This record gives sequence, C-alpha cells and structure tokens, in this order.
Amino acid sequence: MIEIILTYAVAVFLLIGSGFAIVGVIGLLKFNDSMTRLHAPTKVGTVGIGSLLLASMLHSYMLGETSMHELLIMSFLFVTAPISANFIAKVNIHRRACDTPPSPPRDDTWSTLNVPEADRALETIKAP
Amino acid sequence: MTRAFRWLLPHPFLTLLLAVVWILLQNQISAGMVVFGIILGVIIPWMTAVWWPDTPQGFHLGKMFSYSIMVIWDILVANVQVAWIVLTVPNAKLKPAWIVVPLDLRQPEAITVLAGTITLTPGTVSADLSDEGHSLLVHVLHTDDPDGVRDEIKTRYEARLKEIFA
Repeated sequence: MIEIILTYAVAVFLLIGSGFAIVGVIGLLKFNDSMTRLHAPTKVGTVGIGSLLLASMLHSYMLGETSMHELLIMSFLFVTAPISANFIAKVNIHRRACDTPPSPPRDDTWSTLNVPEADRALETIKAP
Repeated sequence: MTRAFRWLLPHPFLTLLLAVVWILLQNQISAGMVVFGIILGVIIPWMTAVWWPDTPQGFHLGKMFSYSIMVIWDILVANVQVAWIVLTVPNAKLKPAWIVVPLDLRQPEAITVLAGTITLTPGTVSADLSDEGHSLLVHVLHTDDPDGVRDEIKTRYEARLKEIFA
C-alpha cells in the first residue's frame, strides 16, 4: 500500500519538476529583453530541480537505501542560484544592455557603474 | 575559558555547518564519521580564520530557522506566480521595472542574505549594490506598483533580518 502511494508521489513530483523546468525554458525563449530573461530560469528552475530531487529522495527511500545527498544539492543550488543571477545582471548593467537604472538616493552611483577614471576610455568602446 | 573557546572555534556556526555537510556527504551516520566531521569542522575554520576577520555578532539561530521556513514558502508561491506570468502575460504588456531599496542593514552577511532572498522570491532579482552600500538595486519582472514591492521587501524581509542580525 505504502509503496503504491510512494510510486505515485514520485511520479507527481517528477511531473511537477519537469513542468516547472519547461516553463523556465519557455520563459527564456519568450522574453525579449536580457533582464526579464533572467527571471524565468533563476526562480522556476530552482523549484523544478528541487522537485526532481525530492522525487529522487522518495524513490531511494522506497528502495530502502535512503539518500540524503539531494538535500545538499538543493541547499547548494539555493545558495548559488542568486549569485549567478546577480553576475548576469551586473554584466547587463555594465554593457548597457538594459534600461539605465535610477541613481541611488544616498550614494553616488551603483558599484558596477563605478568605473575608475583611467578605465573610462575602455568603457566607451565596449558599449554597444 | 571564553578565550580558549574563541581560539579553538573562531566560527562556531561554520563548524556546525561543516560537520553536518560532511555527515550528509557520507550518506550514513556512524560514530567515526561524526567525529571526523567535527574534526574537519574545527580544523577548516581554524586554518582559514585569517580570511574571516569578523565573526557576525548576535546571530539568532532560532529566528533564522523561522525565516528560512517563510522564505521556502515564498519561493513556492513565487514560482507559481512567475510561471503564470511566463505563460499568460504577452511581452507587450509586461511591465518590468527597476526598484531602489534603501538599506537599513549594515552587516555584509545580512545584506548578502537579503539579496539572495530577493532573487529567489516573487519576480524580483537583486542586481547591484550602491558604491557605499546604502541601497540595493532590484529588477522586477512584472509590477503595477513598484513602491509597493519596495515596501514589501522592507517590511517582510529586511525587518526580520534586522532582528536576526541584531
């Protein structure tokens, strides 16, 4: 009985996970601006993979050899996903591939746009 | 006593984290592996203490736990929302926006946690920090009310982080 429930649970989590992953891909293809494109894979991908890992954990529990590695994969993913998103966003700002962000209220500029005088010449060549 | 403790364990939470990660990597709990995990958890922070000059002071582990539960729930809700936006809102009607969030937090660790939380939750990606670290630049996928999103970030996440890193 419990095995039947677990089998269905694994199947449901696999479907949810792959569903979210495909929505992430659709978002990546559909949006036409580099900043909005960033949103779909960072968030939807996280839950998609999380759900697939949950299915893997349940399946290994069902086979009687409980695996905890998935918890580690999940936590590393949750820690690293924001960092890669942040780096892509910084590149977009740096290359002026998006709308110019509003200037910060209390400081001079954003740290990505804070280019030393000596490098200003290089900066203008790089911009598209 | 406290000095010996500080010398041996410059970062107690890092020690705990390393031991737990080591045990999870082994995939089974045996006394030997727990002891080895604790040994690693003591040696690694001790050897790398030079590169971790400041220990975050007054960190509330219990509040961090309830905060994590709330964030995981928000991530689930956010994913359904973003999936819905991806599938239903056409590109022409999409209203992306930049938001500037003025920061009250000063500790680098707290700002890092806030930026990570923002990236993982409803339609927002944290993009940049101002040069003196007084405000955070956030990109929103689809919103009619940018000020409302900013206020929600401040009340829902930043206020709680201020209590955690009090």
